[in-house]
Formats: sequence, C-alpha cells, structure tokens
Amino acid sequence: MSRLPSRRALLTGASATAAAAMLGGCDRLGNAAWFQRTLKTGEDANLFVQRLLLTERSLAPEYTAADLSPWFKPNGTEDPPDKDYKALAKGKFAKYHLEVGGLVEAPFRLSLAELRTLPARTQITRHDCVEGWSAIGQWTGVPLADLLTRAKLKPEARYVVFHCADTMDQGNPLEGGGDGAETDAAAPAGNANPAMTKQSGDGESRTDSGGQQASEESAVSGGAPVRYYESIDLVDAFHPQTILAYDLNGKALPVSNGAPLRLRVERNLGYKQAKYVMRIEVVEGFAHLGEGKGGYWEDQGYAWYAGI
Amino acid sequence: MARTDLTRSAPEIGEIERRRWMFRHPAVIRITHWVNAVCLLVLLMSGLQIFNAHPALYWGNVSTFDTPLMAMSSTEDEPPKGVTTVFGRGFETTGWLGSSTGSNGEPADRGFPAWATLPSDQDLTGGRSWHFFFAWAFVLNGLAYLLYGLVSGQLRFRVIPSRDQLRHFGASVREHLTLRFPQGDEAKRYNVIQKLTYLVVLFVLLPVQVLAGLAMSPAMNAAFPFLLTLFDGRQSARTVHFVVAALLVLFVVVHVALVLLSGFWNNMRGMLTGWFVIERKVEPAGATEQPRA
Repeated sequence: MSRLPSRRALLTGASATAAAAMLGGCDRLGNAAWFQRTLKTGEDANLFVQRLLLTERSLAPEYTAADLSPWFKPNGTEDPPDKDYKALAKGKFAKYHLEVGGLVEAPFRLSLAELRTLPARTQITRHDCVEGWSAIGQWTGVPLADLLTRAKLKPEARYVVFHCADTMDQGNPLEGGGDGAETDAAAPAGNANPAMTKQSGDGESRTDSGGQQASEESAVSGGAPVRYYESIDLVDAFHPQTILAYDLNGKALPVSNGAPLRLRVERNLGYKQAKYVMRIEVVEGFAHLGEGKGGYWEDQGYAWYAGI
Repeated sequence: MARTDLTRSAPEIGEIERRRWMFRHPAVIRITHWVNAVCLLVLLMSGLQIFNAHPALYWGNVSTFDTPLMAMSSTEDEPPKGVTTVFGRGFETTGWLGSSTGSNGEPADRGFPAWATLPSDQDLTGGRSWHFFFAWAFVLNGLAYLLYGLVSGQLRFRVIPSRDQLRHFGASVREHLTLRFPQGDEAKRYNVIQKLTYLVVLFVLLPVQVLAGLAMSPAMNAAFPFLLTLFDGRQSARTVHFVVAALLVLFVVVHVALVLLSGFWNNMRGMLTGWFVIERKVEPAGATEQPRA
C-alpha cells in the first residue's frame, strides 16, 4: 500500500498537467480557421434540422397580459449616438420614413403615421437574448409580409436586410462599454460595444467578446462608421409573427427598445430583432454588406441562424 | 465473446489469489465511452462559457433580474470581490465565482473562472460554436451506443438489475460504503448500485439534459411547445440544464473516484483494450476448483 500515495500523486500531477495543456490546446485549436469552420458545421446542422422540424407556419408561443415582464430589458444600443437619429427622435419621429427597396418592383417610403394606418398585428411574445435571459413583451406593428407583398419581390430576391440607425463601431466607446477587463484590453479600439449588454447597475449583465478577430478586421477596414444591420431569409420574412413593431406594451416604442420601429422575428434570438430600422433592402445575397456574414453580430462571429 | 482463462497463482497472506481474464467491453462500447467522455467535458466547459454571458438562473418563462434563484456577480471594491447569491443568501466566492483572475492576470468579472470555460477568455460565440458541435457529436454517439446496446443485448446485461441483485440491495450498499468491491463471478457484471446509477444517467439525466437544451431554443419552442410545458418555462429549462449538468459532474467525480479505488490500471485496460482481470479469492485450506461460470 505504501506505493499508492506516490502513484496517486503521480496521477494527480499528470492529470493536472494534461488538463492545463489541453486547455491551452483547445484555445489554440479554437482560433485555427479550419477548426472554426469544423465547429460551425454544428450551427449549420441547427439550421438544417430546425428548418426541417418547423413548418413555415409554426408559431412562437404567445402569452397573456398577465405574463408581461414589468421591465423589458433594453440591450445593445440603448440611445443611438447618431446626429441624424437624435434629430428624428427630438421631433418625435414625425420626419421618420421607412424605406423599402432593393430587389423589388415597387420601392416605397412610408412615414410612421402611414405605417400606423396599415393593418396591424399585436402579439405577446418572449424575447430570448443570446446571453441567456428572457423577457415577455406585447408588440404591435405591421406584418413584414404585407410590406414585401406591396413592394413586389423580384424573382431573385432571397433575403431581407434591415439597415438600422445606430452606429456600433466609431473608434471610441460610446458609453459604459461593458466590463471589458478581459475583452477590450487586448482588442483595438474599433469595437465600440463588444457586447450586446451595457453593464447595468445591478451588475448582473456580462459582456462577451463577440469575436476579437472580427473586431480587428473592422478596425482595419477603417474610418466609415459601422451601423447595426441584420438579415433574414424569406421563410422568416413571410412568417405571420414577423412584424415591424412601433408599440411595446400598448405604448409607443421607447428609444431604448428601438424607436420608432423594430423588427420582431419570433422563433429567433434577440440579436435578430433589429432596432431603429430605417431601411429595408431585399437582396439576393449579403456578401457585399459589412463583413459579409449577414449582420452586425454575425460579422463578430455569431451564427447567422439564430433559432437556438 | 472470446474468453480465455489464464490462471496464475500468486500466494499472499492466508489466501490464494487467482486471476482470470475476461473480455468485458466490446469495441463499440469502448469507442462510444471515450467519445462521450470528450463530448461531456467540452459540453460542460463551453456550457459554463455560455452561462457566463448571464451568470444568473431563474424559474418560469422570464428573467426577473432582481430576484434570481442563483447569481454570480462582482463588487465595486478594489480589487473586486466575487459574490454568489443562492436563494437570496450571498456568499463570497472571490477567485472562483463572480470574480477571478483572467488570462491577462487582472481580476475579471466572470461567473466561472477562465480555467473552467472553453474558450478560456470571455467569448460567448466561441462557446456556442463548441457547444453545438459537440452537442451533435454527443447525441449521435449516444444514439449509436443505444442502438448497439439494444441489438447486442449489452444494454440489458449492463444496466437492468436482476431480481437477486435487487433483493440484496442493502448488502450492496454496505459493500459500497466500505469500499469492498465484488470479486469472482460477482465482478463480471455490474452490481445493483452501478446498474441503477447508469440507468438513471442514461435514461433520465442525459435525455432531460438534451430536452432542456432544446427547450431553450425559440425555434424549438415553436416546433414543440410541450417542451416549455415540460420544464415550466424557458428560464426553468435553463436552470434545469444547469442543475443536471452539475449532477452529471457529480456522477463523473464518483465514477472516476471508484475507477481509481477499484483498480485503476485494470479498469483502464478494460475500457481501452476490452480485457479485464477478475480477482478470485479462494481459501487456502481445502480449496479446490470453484465452479466456473
């Protein structure tokens, strides 16, 4: 039995060393391009299988007024720093116009007042942030399908892109900027808000690095401010619960939640729910936009498909 | 199954020990075991990375933020303290939970520390990529194991306790607690506690873990609304996912401890090559051949 402790010590030491080596190895592996591509096949499988499991009409669960979250946590941009946007907000968005264009036969512009006269849908749905938290809100807005039908898609139309008013990458932090102790220190000052969270007072929120590689690239790509954008395919675009919401819980959408108009594309995580939507562009592909991944967070490494 | 008897006498104090080789683990079981081990480790560590993006748990459909069941946070102190709150009671967990040293040597606000997460730095999207890839690997590997286990009869042999095993449940518990492991013919099969544990892990914990993971997906909620009913809401599903992960960690800790205590090299050889040695204890006086099973 006297052999045992030394053998045990040997095993413990060996496994501790192996664990440390493995951790470092996994990080290096996770940074290798070929391995990242391999890992991404998991997320491709998510899209493939979920598209098989869901019909085009499968509805996200809807809730009752009793289920409403008392406070709908705003996330990401809460107050766009852009001058143009601030001017619009100051005038209570009376001068706001939503543009619908791209691969359509009949592009058009609509004011907020005009949008409010169109047939609307109200739904009480759950918002799931990629970070893990959820909130329930009541949304009222125009079904995106109605707007796209009115604009008449061209045959080559495949995706709908939402161009937003809020600048994400400007060269210096907008405000707060998250806890950043680990993530920002190493990253060049290009990614103004590397997280979808700003540190809130209760200290519960956490940031994520959102892919430093991508932020380096966007810093290199230089001067031009990068605005938030998102894209969805026609399956989600024509889904009955996909609306452009102007009301939250029966009141005009607050600035922190995306006034005057935000996308609700239920069955998807929060980063797909573009806020401050200014322009809708119908496209065949999104390779020419931003870093080519189909959205601001996608350009930082997040999956384009956000159903899980 | 191939089975050879290599009997060898090794006289010890007061008894004769006979060793008998047994081919215990077929290749499919061995391969799926190690693939599963890698998957569970990666899923755990990438899961903690994802958890760190919002290190708080709730019950129901939504997050209440102010009243979490459990939360990890850091204080404004210099250096910051890590605080873990469970059911409203705060515990200081500096260096472990809430606040710990990051890869740059500075204190970082994070739920679980860098050594426990994959990737080690705060990187939600990286964690998600690892998690989804290995979740698919885990599920496919698990299905291969189940299919093989059912067809070959291995599953039934391994995890369904026999009547006499159930009858001697109490004795088996006592043996376990005193770390006296079965020998001879009894060592050829799993004992009743092992069988029941594997049964619960295989058919309760792992399926619940997969379902709770799926219940967090907004698209899966649209496809299968019963997932939300099953877990009483999305945030509950997230909490269940966390708790079951902790139970699986507990299982692995006990599993590895017993592997170490009941003959590490023999167990490892068994799961690597399939060959396992059964120790037979025979009384020295008047001992003759034991009936072979």
